[in-house]
Amino acid sequence: MMASSYNAKEEDGHPSGASGHGGPGVVKSKKPDNTAFKQQRLPAWQPILTAGTVLPAFFVIGLIFIPIGIGLFVTSNNIKEFEIDYTGVDMDSPCYTCAKNSSWNNTTPCTCSVDFTLEQPFESNVFMYYGLSNFYQNHRRYVKSRDDSQLNGGRSALMEPSKECEPYRKTDGVPIAPCGAIANSLFNDTLELFHIDSNGSRNAVPLVKKGIAWWTDKHVKFRNPGGNNNLTLAFQGDFSKPVNWRKPVYELDPSDPENNGFINEDFIVWMRTAALPTFRKLYRIIQKKSSTTPTLPSGKYTLDITYNYPVLSFDGRKRMILSTISWMGGKNPFLGIAYITVGSICFFLGVVLLIIHYKYDTRNNSADIPN
Amino acid sequence: MLPRGTGAPGCSRRGLRSHFTQERPHSRWRASCRCASCALPLLPKLRSCAHPANKTRTVHANLLYDAANKGEENPNRHYANNKIKTTKYTVLSFLPKNLFEQFHRFANVYFVFIALLNFVPVVNAFQPELALAPVVFILSVTAIKDLWEDYRRHRSDKEINHMDCLVFSRAERRYVEKYWKEVRVGDFIRLRCNEILPADVLLLSSSDPDRLCHIETATLDGETNLKQRQVVRSFFDLDCEFDPLKYNSIIECEKPNNDLNRFRGYIIHRSGRRDALYKENLLLRGCTIRNTEEAVGIVIYAGHETKAMLNNNGPRYKRSKLERQMNVDVFWCVVILLVLCLFAAIGHGLWMFQYGDKRPVFDVLSPEGTDLSPIMSAIYLFLTMIIVFQVLIPISLFVSIEIVKICQVYFIHQDMDLYDEETDSHLQCRALNITEDLGQMQYIFSDKTGTLTENKMVFRRCTVAGVEYSHDANAKRLAMYQEMDSEEEECTSHGGTLPRRDSVTSHQSARVVLRSQSTKSHRRTGSRAEAKRAISSAVLLFSCCRLFTDKTCSVPQEKDITPDPKLLDKVNDCSSQMDFMRFHSQPMSQLPSDLSDTIDFFIALTICNTVVVSSPNQPRHKNFLSLRNVSQKYSSSSSLITNRSSNKGCSSLLSSPSAESTLTKLHEERSCGGLENAFSPVPPSYDGKASWNIEEGELRYEAESPDEAALVYAARAYKCSLVGRLPDQVTVELPHLGKLSFELLHTLGFDSTRKRMSVVVRHPLTDQITVYTKGADSVIMDLIKPPNTGKRQKKIVCRTQNYLNLYAADGLRTLCIAKKILSQEEYACWLQRHLEAETAIQGREQLLFESALRLETNLQLLGATGIEDRLQDGVPETIASLRKAGLQIWVLTGDKQETAVNIAYACKLLDPEEEILTLNADSQDLLNLFAPFDLHPSSSLSSSSSHAAPFLVHRLGLVIDGRTLAYALDKSLEDKFLAVARSCRSVLCCRSTPLQKSMVVKLVRNKLKVMTLAIGDGANDVSMIQVADVGVGISGQEGMQAVMASDFALPRFRYLQKLLLVHGHWCYSRLANMILYFFYKNAMFVALIFWFQFYCGFSGSAMIDQWYLIFFNLMFSAFPQLITGTLDKDVSAETLQHLPQLYVNGQNSEEYKPYMFWMNMIDAFYQSLMCFFIPYFAYADSDMDLFTWGTPITTLALFTILLHLGIETKTWTWMNWLSIAFSIALFFTVALCYNASCPTCYSPSNPYWTMQRLLQDPLFYLLCIITPVAALLPRYFYRACQGTLFPSPVQVGRQLDKLPADTRRNILSLTRVKVGSPLSPKPPFLSLSKASPKGCNKNDQRSISGSKTLEATQGQADEEEDRSCLSGPTDSEMHLSDLYTLVPSEIDTLPYTKDAPQPAGELQPPSTEVSECLDKTLEPSDVSLSSWITSTPLLTPADSVQLNLLPDGAPQCVRYSRNSEDRLKPDHAVHPAHRTEQEVEQLLHTKL
Repeated sequence: MMASSYNAKEEDGHPSGASGHGGPGVVKSKKPDNTAFKQQRLPAWQPILTAGTVLPAFFVIGLIFIPIGIGLFVTSNNIKEFEIDYTGVDMDSPCYTCAKNSSWNNTTPCTCSVDFTLEQPFESNVFMYYGLSNFYQNHRRYVKSRDDSQLNGGRSALMEPSKECEPYRKTDGVPIAPCGAIANSLFNDTLELFHIDSNGSRNAVPLVKKGIAWWTDKHVKFRNPGGNNNLTLAFQGDFSKPVNWRKPVYELDPSDPENNGFINEDFIVWMRTAALPTFRKLYRIIQKKSSTTPTLPSGKYTLDITYNYPVLSFDGRKRMILSTISWMGGKNPFLGIAYITVGSICFFLGVVLLIIHYKYDTRNNSADIPN
Repeated sequence: MLPRGTGAPGCSRRGLRSHFTQERPHSRWRASCRCASCALPLLPKLRSCAHPANKTRTVHANLLYDAANKGEENPNRHYANNKIKTTKYTVLSFLPKNLFEQFHRFANVYFVFIALLNFVPVVNAFQPELALAPVVFILSVTAIKDLWEDYRRHRSDKEINHMDCLVFSRAERRYVEKYWKEVRVGDFIRLRCNEILPADVLLLSSSDPDRLCHIETATLDGETNLKQRQVVRSFFDLDCEFDPLKYNSIIECEKPNNDLNRFRGYIIHRSGRRDALYKENLLLRGCTIRNTEEAVGIVIYAGHETKAMLNNNGPRYKRSKLERQMNVDVFWCVVILLVLCLFAAIGHGLWMFQYGDKRPVFDVLSPEGTDLSPIMSAIYLFLTMIIVFQVLIPISLFVSIEIVKICQVYFIHQDMDLYDEETDSHLQCRALNITEDLGQMQYIFSDKTGTLTENKMVFRRCTVAGVEYSHDANAKRLAMYQEMDSEEEECTSHGGTLPRRDSVTSHQSARVVLRSQSTKSHRRTGSRAEAKRAISSAVLLFSCCRLFTDKTCSVPQEKDITPDPKLLDKVNDCSSQMDFMRFHSQPMSQLPSDLSDTIDFFIALTICNTVVVSSPNQPRHKNFLSLRNVSQKYSSSSSLITNRSSNKGCSSLLSSPSAESTLTKLHEERSCGGLENAFSPVPPSYDGKASWNIEEGELRYEAESPDEAALVYAARAYKCSLVGRLPDQVTVELPHLGKLSFELLHTLGFDSTRKRMSVVVRHPLTDQITVYTKGADSVIMDLIKPPNTGKRQKKIVCRTQNYLNLYAADGLRTLCIAKKILSQEEYACWLQRHLEAETAIQGREQLLFESALRLETNLQLLGATGIEDRLQDGVPETIASLRKAGLQIWVLTGDKQETAVNIAYACKLLDPEEEILTLNADSQDLLNLFAPFDLHPSSSLSSSSSHAAPFLVHRLGLVIDGRTLAYALDKSLEDKFLAVARSCRSVLCCRSTPLQKSMVVKLVRNKLKVMTLAIGDGANDVSMIQVADVGVGISGQEGMQAVMASDFALPRFRYLQKLLLVHGHWCYSRLANMILYFFYKNAMFVALIFWFQFYCGFSGSAMIDQWYLIFFNLMFSAFPQLITGTLDKDVSAETLQHLPQLYVNGQNSEEYKPYMFWMNMIDAFYQSLMCFFIPYFAYADSDMDLFTWGTPITTLALFTILLHLGIETKTWTWMNWLSIAFSIALFFTVALCYNASCPTCYSPSNPYWTMQRLLQDPLFYLLCIITPVAALLPRYFYRACQGTLFPSPVQVGRQLDKLPADTRRNILSLTRVKVGSPLSPKPPFLSLSKASPKGCNKNDQRSISGSKTLEATQGQADEEEDRSCLSGPTDSEMHLSDLYTLVPSEIDTLPYTKDAPQPAGELQPPSTEVSECLDKTLEPSDVSLSSWITSTPLLTPADSVQLNLLPDGAPQCVRYSRNSEDRLKPDHAVHPAHRTEQEVEQLLHTKL
């Protein structure tokens, strides 16, 4: 009897048993597996966010952040930085006339000198930046307006620049090298720094113009067409210079073939578009010569500027910045302050939570466990 | 028959099994079903070209045309062949068709639009090709999924199409094997036992001598009882084998349609004779031939035109509440997007404008070299910004939600607790996209029979001829069974050790395990939960043991009935007298009427049904043969009785089943000059009796409804057993008389309108034509012959009615049995018209119905039966628990009021302590019934003072019957009805039709704007299931219609508890949190770019590399949220089940409220501010370039987003850790690879070596530490404060989870959870505990929201007095606190008293400390609910208020009657300790 009913059951389990499902087999129970995963019983950590439980986190964060912040702040404060605006907006500014007259199609260079005094000596390597304000290098169409293949020395891209370069792609059917708006608006002021001796003589501060670009940019991303030999030959004839440029790309630094053409470091630095409308770009490096004398001793200096770059039309500013750097980069107290602030807030909130915890949380717990 | 509206009831539980087999994904039927809908549109075309004007289908035999050239003129050639193709696509059409379908989704169109916008140079923001990537990705994922599904369908199609069957071949003159797909309409096919039908076949021949063919229709409707199909009448008389070559008839039938229960047509023979065809002649595709050696038929419908194929609709699509809410917020996202874009566009215009004509070098001309005016430029920029900000509309949200829902469904499927071992069935999720709705239900509408009850009928009592037989012994034995069960449970629970359930692979082994378990060591684990589990598993195991000791898969009670000795004596008496009379050739009419009534009563029980007899110990088809032999043995004698004068005896051993031939017989008989003596000269064969004894235990009855089986088994207990049923004959074995064969002239089947069934038989003893009718008492009583004929009849009717009421009060299902004796003339007259009705093609149903009505009049009442329908396991507990969860439970049943009320008491739906409001009205004066209630809400609303007016009666139960319901559902009254109904704790609608059920659900759903769940098991619940937000089908005894219509199918009602409380809660909270998180995530990410616009001249530039921008959502941050969305458990299953109050969380949509979206948006904006401006200031005025600056921001955003998810994640499994680690690792890996891959590509960012360089920068790490901390600080702090100061109930539940198991269990069992806020003041109604003057026992706060349904009506002051009866004047003490929401709380603090009996001491609220922790605070559920009313009952607990409308329409329309005393059962009395505790527990208070 047992067996028979069992058979009946088996048969019923396979109503389509004869239909090619592969004969009647043993009825497999459809009972789900009792695994932790399938039964949703995976071992789990269940943090419950209450004042009592998160309290340590706040204090720990506070205690860690505040020292870090202080450290950062001190580091930042140890960095020496000097900044001078040479735009020439004011009448009494030495570059006022240059600023008024400068335009893209000016061929005659205008020069002006700005005198300044360094109160403190700059001990380590000094980085010389030029800074621009109100210059939207991050404008959508501006950012796109380049051809990386061309800059990488690609022959075909050289002849037929990317459409992204429009409208700085070709002039009269001749391709522009380098094409695009970024290259076209290359910063072309020349800055020279002179130290005024105590006896009044001008000593040129030696400025190193190599090593200011990313190594990968200089050696991988940017390449001259046909190698570095005979750039003139490589560029001449078939190409035209960008409309705003005074000289063609192969004359950017005629003195050094390793710094000429597309791999000119000033050009490379410019091509790395800035993130924000106020930015600085590395211009030169002043190497520390000896361990005894500071790189830039305190005293009077003169900055000679060949003023080519017009910024007044868009209300821009030009600056020259001298700065030493630390492990965390240039002078910026913000991060230190931020750490201190967040740390303090955390600490404060921790105290608040502590109060809450002692006032309310204890009762809660005792109520939860009545026995 | 059932007094319920079951269209095509099924019976056996095995139906489930096969159904589930069928539901397997790779099952062919399921697969083939899916696309019938797409096949449908093709069909009309086919048909229309076949028969332009004809409404019928003509089928010729193909053999006639085989000789001709490839059947050129074969009239069948236009019909669909049997090849099925359920695939949606072909290789060629896949791409266009699939894309077309996908673009039906608005979101896809939107994203494609944006991607295409990128190709316009003026506005493009990204590389156009790249911008296509996400859309292509999403589309292709969906396409691959579709393709795979389609491939599966294709494979199953192929498998089906290549199954074999025997088709007659003219060439070979025999049946040859052919593939299914080669079968054509008009082919003759031969079917063997256990074969599956390849097409819809008209049965022409059967090897069965009775010309029957048995089929199992499990694949169509889930019913596994065998159904008999008959050979077409004209082929009935063939004595030799059917020869297809001789067949030359033409079949006219209906066009293909999807009605499984209808087939009409006729067959035209060469001779011109027409024979009607019925559904009994048609074998449907997909059915299995059983019990029949061989059958031959002609194919009528093939392939997609078969009824099985036409019957399958695609899966249903519902949109969940959460999704609707989400769509609102998607809309808001669109608004935000537009605002942001507009802002940027204006900003850009202004920015451009400030430069005037002096174009700065960085403002590049458009590619065409043209100068754009600021306005044009702004317009273009607007479009650009839409592209840049597109992430705000979460493209991946829709995909993610689908993925998460599939996982949720998977987990629900896998839940062991929702697996029913007895039937080996899971819960089925048939609708994949509304899982989260399960967590938001507010109203449950339940069917009673089969849902709350087992639908396993047990015969309990009967009344015969006005004498009641109480079957005390039976009742005692039943009680014993239950005791035994519980004892067994007890003893297994002592065992303590739990057999590993997964080791139980079959039921047999389950038994073994159980045995070993009970003899096993008695280790005590001490853990109560484990013991509990052991009990439940033991119950499970026992139930499956029963399954095996008991051949029919039913509980023993159903079959084993201890007969009432008195009645048994009477039956014996009666039959011996009859035997005596038969021997002495006395007419039967001399029998005392009560004795004849008794025997007639049992004969009626035995034959007035459609029960099929089989014996289970043999394979079905063999068994049938033996049965037939037996029946043949005695049928010969009966045929001698009835067919003596017939000349047709040679045609068949049996009398002809055709009514037509009966008619001729009738005429012949009459012409022969009257009947001969009714007695058969041949005494019944006693060898039959002997064989019966052997077979007795083995006979098994397969009934369409459990009632029928119960009655047949009951009759068998009185030795009046059904031994065989053939279409034209029923054989009954009676004591002393032996086997009697009743010639079955007609069976007028059960239908829900008539609520009765009848059989017309020729009584073998009296040779009278007798009608036996069985049906619902209300109907039968009306049809009883007017009792003026005899005092005795009158008395019987009166007494029976009395007993019927008693039965109903006991919760028994009542049926009345009646008979009627027809004279030959009457019968002939009726038969004539009946035949006309039968042969009519137009309106046949209606005619047959009328014909049945004509027959079933002037009945003679024989008696009545009371059948018990046992409650399912755990129903009261489930209902109690669901109610605690704040769910309103309404029961809608077709049963009569008394039965329903009693079942409701039994399952604790109604509380003996609550007042029952019964609405029985005869007219629309119902308005008056509602009148007294009108004022309560209004007065309480209007009175703003704390001195609130009388409240609604507390703890009210509403009982309304179908007729009253019809009035109540009237447009003018529905609002009032609702107002009354919702103020009642439980509502019971009796005698409601399926339509009314669905109307009630619709009314509640639409008017109250609540989430409704309908649960039912029968065909009569289908409409209700379809109307409700979530339809749940119980895959029970009554076939599969309910399951087919449902969204979820449960094996048992009690699983609803876990489904809703646990899975519903989880699904809801997971999905709600995920959606919110999605919105947050996208907003946060987009806002980063928005802030940047202020620093790039609103030029639409982005500092984030476009690759990161596009793949951020799709890859980097996608996995953790999916894991969390799938696996996160806010509260453990155990706690959720023990604290049903937590369900309120979902009902009130507390995880996802509209304001939360905005809070998340604000948080997103704050966080993005942090993530933007910390790097901004850190790199301000530096030589950082655009994308080297953007990359840290991306990284920070990623960290912040992941940590944010971490804060929101409640349970951290290794999957969470892994997914987060994976996300971060993926980001850095991709970034490093991407940044090292190509020095000249990926314009404009050209991020060569960016990440590598950043990783060398200490500043980068410093930023990575501070930014997420700063960004998440507020949220983290808020969560911590919230957790302490105003924890949500869910959080308290979570805290409970953390406690050690023992402590937690103690707390849970006491339901004493402090869900309170320390900040909240003492609730004003704390004073309630001081008890009102009259000493109300418990204070239950009912919440009634002041909605429009409750209107203030003046001038009803005269009703005040009446009201005071209901409520009472004590409420003055009560304080109305409109700000406090309350959860309907339960008195029963111990939801599981049965499972875990607690020592009485534990019930005492011992100390103030405990009472303090009873405070419950719940967050305000809805601010819109303006008022909350507390009420106190003043009536003694057990009062029931009967509101009856007097028929004469007397002014006093409300009558109150107290019939409480007998209702109050001792076990329901409230324990004093209990009470105090309730008081304390009632101190619910809330803080806004």
